[in-house]
Amino acid sequence: MIPIHWYLTLSAMLFVVGVLGFFLKRNIIALLLSIEIMLNAVNLTFVAFSSALGEVGGQVFVFFTMVVAAAEAAVGLALVISIYRNRETLNIDRANLLKW
Amino acid sequence: MIVETLFFLFGAIALGGAINVVVQRQVLYSALSLIVMLASISGLFVLLRAEMLAMVQIIVYTGAIMVLFVFVIMLLNVNDDDDNTDTLRWPKFIGIPGVLFLLAMLSSSMWQVRIDPSLSAVDTGSAEAIGISLFTDYLLPFEATSVLILIAIVGALVLAKRDL
Repeated sequence: MIPIHWYLTLSAMLFVVGVLGFFLKRNIIALLLSIEIMLNAVNLTFVAFSSALGEVGGQVFVFFTMVVAAAEAAVGLALVISIYRNRETLNIDRANLLKW
Repeated sequence: MIVETLFFLFGAIALGGAINVVVQRQVLYSALSLIVMLASISGLFVLLRAEMLAMVQIIVYTGAIMVLFVFVIMLLNVNDDDDNTDTLRWPKFIGIPGVLFLLAMLSSSMWQVRIDPSLSAVDTGSAEAIGISLFTDYLLPFEATSVLILIAIVGALVLAKRDL
């Protein structure tokens, strides 16, 4: 049986990789992929605690996280298509209409 | 022993896949690498005895969400315009040390978590246990997510339609 802190440390590393990707990438779709990495790291934490504590609630929360991730992907990709139609680029720095 | 081996295998694949998502310049390769990472996370769910969630992870994430991503990437057919010259440089110089600090803080605090192993004897991962909990204790949030999905569908249609 693997101790829980191994899983938690792995998910912390995955989360940090997601944050790093969000900082470094400029493509809008790559930013959405980085968000998916972060969501999955948090899901892993939820499931590890749920399994270690014998509590079902953590796994139910992972279901809700997946629903929110699906909704976020649908709306986010619709925004990506809309931005590409107006700007002809996927670079996040080109979408600067609200920037002063 | 076999469980430890599988943990390190799936953990290494997940971490390598996640790093590859960030490193790749072509966004399609990033998406494919993310699929590998999601599949190995589902393997970790099996090791945690969350079989139901492992199945849902494969079906919903790698089956539905990533297909949507790959579909949009191929629809737009954009090569990498990742390296533009006039992007700001100073956020990287501040952000990368900040991210490394976050890594040190998170992993050192997570490494100190200890939970009594006898607590994990309860069955939490089967479809029956999750279903009972989902339709009794979490019934209202469950119904609220159906409204959320409906709003997301309508919002995606409105945003992506050319002229409404």
